[in-house]
Amino acid sequence: MSPATDWPLWEVFVRSRRGLSHSHAGSLHAPDATMALRQARDLYTRRGEGVSIWVVPSSQITASSPDEKDPFFEPAADKPYRHPTFYEIPEGVRHL
Amino acid sequence: MTTAPAVEEATESAFLAAFDAAVAADSRIEPRDWMPDAYRATLVRQMAQHAHSEIIGMQPEANWITRAPSLRRKAILMAKVQDEAGHGLYLYSATETLGVGRDELLDKLHSGRQRYSSIFNYPTLTWADVGAIGWLVDGAAITNQVPLCRCSYGPYARAMIRICKEESFHQRQGYELLLTLSRGTAEQHAMAQDAVDRWWWPSLMMFGPPDEESGHSAQSMEWKIKRHSNDELRQRFVDICVPQAEILGLTLPDPDLRWNEERGSYDYGDIDWTEFQQVLRGNGPCNEQRISQRRQAHEDGAWVREAASAYAAKHEGGAR
Repeated sequence: MSPATDWPLWEVFVRSRRGLSHSHAGSLHAPDATMALRQARDLYTRRGEGVSIWVVPSSQITASSPDEKDPFFEPAADKPYRHPTFYEIPEGVRHL
Repeated sequence: MTTAPAVEEATESAFLAAFDAAVAADSRIEPRDWMPDAYRATLVRQMAQHAHSEIIGMQPEANWITRAPSLRRKAILMAKVQDEAGHGLYLYSATETLGVGRDELLDKLHSGRQRYSSIFNYPTLTWADVGAIGWLVDGAAITNQVPLCRCSYGPYARAMIRICKEESFHQRQGYELLLTLSRGTAEQHAMAQDAVDRWWWPSLMMFGPPDEESGHSAQSMEWKIKRHSNDELRQRFVDICVPQAEILGLTLPDPDLRWNEERGSYDYGDIDWTEFQQVLRGNGPCNEQRISQRRQAHEDGAWVREAASAYAAKHEGGAR
């Protein structure tokens, strides 16, 4: 018997309506991309939650490691001048 | 010579501190974060049982699909049973993020090493049972599940959010079904009452043993897997159901049920925990049937899985 885990894991991304980007909905096992798409439709869009689906083999995703979280994202932490609220603008200045 | 274990121990306690801090801050634990072994084991046990319950729970209701009294009811029931399959799959996926394989989970269900909710070991004797399951069993499940949407483990919480959204249709269709029967002929009304009489107590048991006897509760609450105690959730459910039953025109089979002004809640009678233990031990009316039917379905589907794998291998359709 071929068990379901012989089948690779796929990550499912759904675009809920035109104009929005695809976002991660969940994952599923399927033998190939076509089946993964069909199953993603049945599993994640039973109530019209999507107008477009992407399936990606989970093995193809490269992720940052949670262990190196702090040093990895650290360069962004000390640059408050990247935010508009960093700047003081006199009252009465409009459209800025 | 003791430096290596000492370093290891220091790292471990740093990890534990980070974990505790995340839980305390109501942040979520994600799959690749360090977590205590016991936290992982508790989640696997609870999530697997939850996933199995969704899958086994398809059986008592699927029993009535071919005999639904109208096309409308039949379409609704099919959609509901399909949802239960979907809920099982969301939860199996979430459980797999903890490093357990799908066949290991199915194997443990089939061999009785992991449990499913004992409520599904009761039979669905009449059409009204479909309504009672929707109203009471799904109602109790929702009461249990809404707090799980804030569970400390991210994938579980996310699966629960999706499930809770869908469950609300399950409960409402059950209530509507019972209301239709209750307002129908005398026989239909009696059938609805009979179903409620049989499902009420088992539904109250779904919240698990009383707080003082619940082995896992304290630790699970500390880890924020669980947010409310069994008795607290049970009380919440009773308080919700009593007025709903009145509108249905049906009674709940408990002579001790009455409003307690002081507590602002309904008092209810003693639950027969011996029955609960018996069903849990495998001596419920349908335990054997549920598992053998589940095994049979899995075996019957083997050729489909094999064919799909063979097709994929032949075409190398993307999966490596």
